[in-house]
Amino acid sequence: MIESKSLILHTATRFLLPLQLLFSLFLLLRGHDEPGGGFIAGLVAAGAIALYLFAFDVPSTKRMLRASPHDLFGLGLLLAAVSGIPALFLGKPYLTALWWELEFPFFGEIKLSTPLLFDIGVYLVVIGSVLSIVMTLAEAE
Amino acid sequence: MLLAVLSGFILAIAAPWFFKAFGDRTGWVLAILPAALAVYFGSYIPEVMTGETVVQEVPWIPSLDIELTFFLDGFSLLFAMLITVIGTLVVIYGGGYLKGDKDIPRFYVFILAFMASMLGLVLSDSLISLFVFWELTSITSFMLIGYYHDNAKYRKCAHQSMMVTVGGGLAMMAGLILLMMIVSDPAGAGLQGAEAFSLRAILAVDSGLITGHEFYVPALLLILAGCFTKSAQVPFHFWLPNAMAGPTPVSSYLHSATMVKAGIYLMARLQPGMGGTELWMTLIPIVGATTMFMGMYFALKSTGYKQVLAYSTIMALGVLTMLIGIGTEKAMLAFVAFLLAHAMYKGAFFMIAGIVDHETGTKDLKVLSGLRKKMPITATVAAVVAVSLAGFPPLFGYLGKKMMFETALEAPNVQVYILTLVALTATMGIAVAGLLGVKPFWGEEAETPKPAHEAPLSMLLGPIVLATGSLTFGLAPFFADSALVQAAVTAIWGQETDYYLALWSGFNTAVVMSAVTLVAGLLVYWQWDRVRGVMESLQWLYDHGPEWAYTHGMDRFLPWIAKKQTGIIQNGHLRYYLLTILLTLVTLVGYAFFTRGEITGALSFEVHFYELLVVLVMLTAAFFAASTSSRLGSVAAAGVVGFSVAVVYIFFSAPDLGITQLLVETLTVILLVLVLFRLPEFVSFSTTAARIRDVFVALLVGGMMTALLLATQDVQLYEHDPISHYHIAKSVPEAYGRNIVNVILVDYRTLDTLGEIFVLALAAIGVYAMVKFRKRDERLAAAEASEKEETA
Repeated sequence: MIESKSLILHTATRFLLPLQLLFSLFLLLRGHDEPGGGFIAGLVAAGAIALYLFAFDVPSTKRMLRASPHDLFGLGLLLAAVSGIPALFLGKPYLTALWWELEFPFFGEIKLSTPLLFDIGVYLVVIGSVLSIVMTLAEAE
Repeated sequence: MLLAVLSGFILAIAAPWFFKAFGDRTGWVLAILPAALAVYFGSYIPEVMTGETVVQEVPWIPSLDIELTFFLDGFSLLFAMLITVIGTLVVIYGGGYLKGDKDIPRFYVFILAFMASMLGLVLSDSLISLFVFWELTSITSFMLIGYYHDNAKYRKCAHQSMMVTVGGGLAMMAGLILLMMIVSDPAGAGLQGAEAFSLRAILAVDSGLITGHEFYVPALLLILAGCFTKSAQVPFHFWLPNAMAGPTPVSSYLHSATMVKAGIYLMARLQPGMGGTELWMTLIPIVGATTMFMGMYFALKSTGYKQVLAYSTIMALGVLTMLIGIGTEKAMLAFVAFLLAHAMYKGAFFMIAGIVDHETGTKDLKVLSGLRKKMPITATVAAVVAVSLAGFPPLFGYLGKKMMFETALEAPNVQVYILTLVALTATMGIAVAGLLGVKPFWGEEAETPKPAHEAPLSMLLGPIVLATGSLTFGLAPFFADSALVQAAVTAIWGQETDYYLALWSGFNTAVVMSAVTLVAGLLVYWQWDRVRGVMESLQWLYDHGPEWAYTHGMDRFLPWIAKKQTGIIQNGHLRYYLLTILLTLVTLVGYAFFTRGEITGALSFEVHFYELLVVLVMLTAAFFAASTSSRLGSVAAAGVVGFSVAVVYIFFSAPDLGITQLLVETLTVILLVLVLFRLPEFVSFSTTAARIRDVFVALLVGGMMTALLLATQDVQLYEHDPISHYHIAKSVPEAYGRNIVNVILVDYRTLDTLGEIFVLALAAIGVYAMVKFRKRDERLAAAEASEKEETA
């Protein structure tokens, strides 16, 4: 039902989608220090994919995504919930933030943390939920 | 002791694998655990006999002062022994009884889980863990009664027992909370922290402080509601005979020897603290005596072997309740003796009932007769057990009954009522014992649906052991006395008692009562058919008892209420839902605001020109959205409001909020576009009156939000310093992040965020279900309709 025959939109989307997704990853990763974070990044990514959906159609969007939106938010919830577990092993309350600083040969110092894992979970949940709603409504007859 | 309780649960989980490994012999293997536990608890007997209390403290939820403390005194030891010994026998017996049944692993899982819950219940010191275990026994009992889950009638029975006992359990929880409030009252006992939940600490409080408290009556009544439902007291007794829908080993264990005594256990425990008042000594004996009489009456009227046993269990529970209610020193000894006697003979009888049913194919007492030649061992055991049930010397049942008579003779309140019912019950009891132990096995041999034969060892073991116990303890009451009874009485009486158990303690009224009821009982047994005929003529009355009220309430009243209130609350109109939500919000927040809030801060009117401009745009757009008759126009106008809000966020340097707002607005427009073009033409439904009402509600909500925002301006949680300074100062050193919003979301308040993303996912599932399932339902309806057309 939603299908655009516009060549301009088709072509623009093909180029914009990777850029937008990259930008969403950028927002996700810098979120702890600068404006951004899982929620915003997820909305950007979902918007990008929604654009793709409007330019093409639901089946080709699903093919492009490979995973179903349900799996995405399921995985997101799992990651977010799991990110609280390591703290339990240290005898701290569930979901206490833990940080590790790792040295990598070429990248230099990289900080890994459970809040990052949690934020990735939020990111996936937002993408999955929004896309699930959009696709369900787009498919409805 | 923690391990003793947990091991049952662990083994329960592992039971299906045990079954795969051991097949039909699983019962024998699994019984090793309860047997080992019996030995373990048995090893404490010498220590507990000297008056020691064994305590083990395990912190559970320290931040709420909740501990998982277990304690073992004479009374809990008595129960622990009953649970583990009879548990061993029942697990072995169940393996034989359910041999070849496809669901037998499930039986093992739940019977072991039940055993562990029951152990936890009687060992708990904390009222909270006691309540948790209490409800666990209800749940495992539900699963076991509904073991034959493919039978709708049995499912209903399981459901009924669950509803009654859990309903009572909820009342009891409220009662226990009141009890905690009583003992933690600083004007009274003033117990602090974990002490207020501790049974031992509560019982150490001077009982006057409890019984004199203003919450005493409601607390007692609520706790009793839990005990009475669990222990099947009139008028909640009806679930117990129906619970016989479960397999016989289950009935034998849960609904005779252990679970139904949980209520009795708690009453006996609380007796030193909450007993001794007029209310206690009147209400409980009356309920107990009535239950005792009704139970025996229906036992005599019934013709099914298990049915008779179920009702005679109700009788026994009534006796125990009555004795607790009487509450004298002698009553406590009678209570413990009767408890022990009953657990032994009733457990045995249930197993015999299972044997008879299993090996002959019928449990109708009118048909069963003359089985002694085919089943000599069963017949002998049944005879011994029946003598104990009837209360003949020299079996242990006699001691229980004699003590009961002696106690009833010295009951301080409602003595005439108690004595009359005790005498009548004892008379009928003799007849019932005859029905159970003599009639099926003696007399002329009758045809049975299955050719009768002796049961396997796994099924005979239980009754033999229990019957031997009845005989030994009866002949030498000293054993029972020294082993457990004295310690148990000491535990619930609060001090050592001077009384002891003896077969013969002189010629007194109790002996006369025994003799008279014996003769009368034999007469009743002889004329059973005629007596039953008279009883059956009152059928109408039985059909309209408490059970009728229960089923009527569940089947008619509850659906009626549900329909009415669903019709009101779930009316299916989005506008009314919104109206309800908004009005509730205004009422609740408005109430709090007017009673507690105030606007003190001075308003600042320093506004920049561009701010004013944005506000004007917002106002215009909002007005347009509300008044236009074009949907698309309305959506677009609402979008303008949203984007303007985002701009405001950016003015006040909140980039995160601004970005989020922009993105959400964009996606909202996408979603609305997807929905909008499916909607029918715009039609004006609302009357002018409804519109005026909506304007009024909108003004209320808007006004309240404005007032609220103005008030929050003044809130100063930290002195001289807005909370944002705190966050700015702390977010880098404590959470390694400079973006305060993100730090709050993923570090400080992670649990909130976790909840929110779950809600988000749930909303997506909701939309999915609504759209997809509606389509499926429509398809199904269409398919049905076309099918009908074809057949027509």
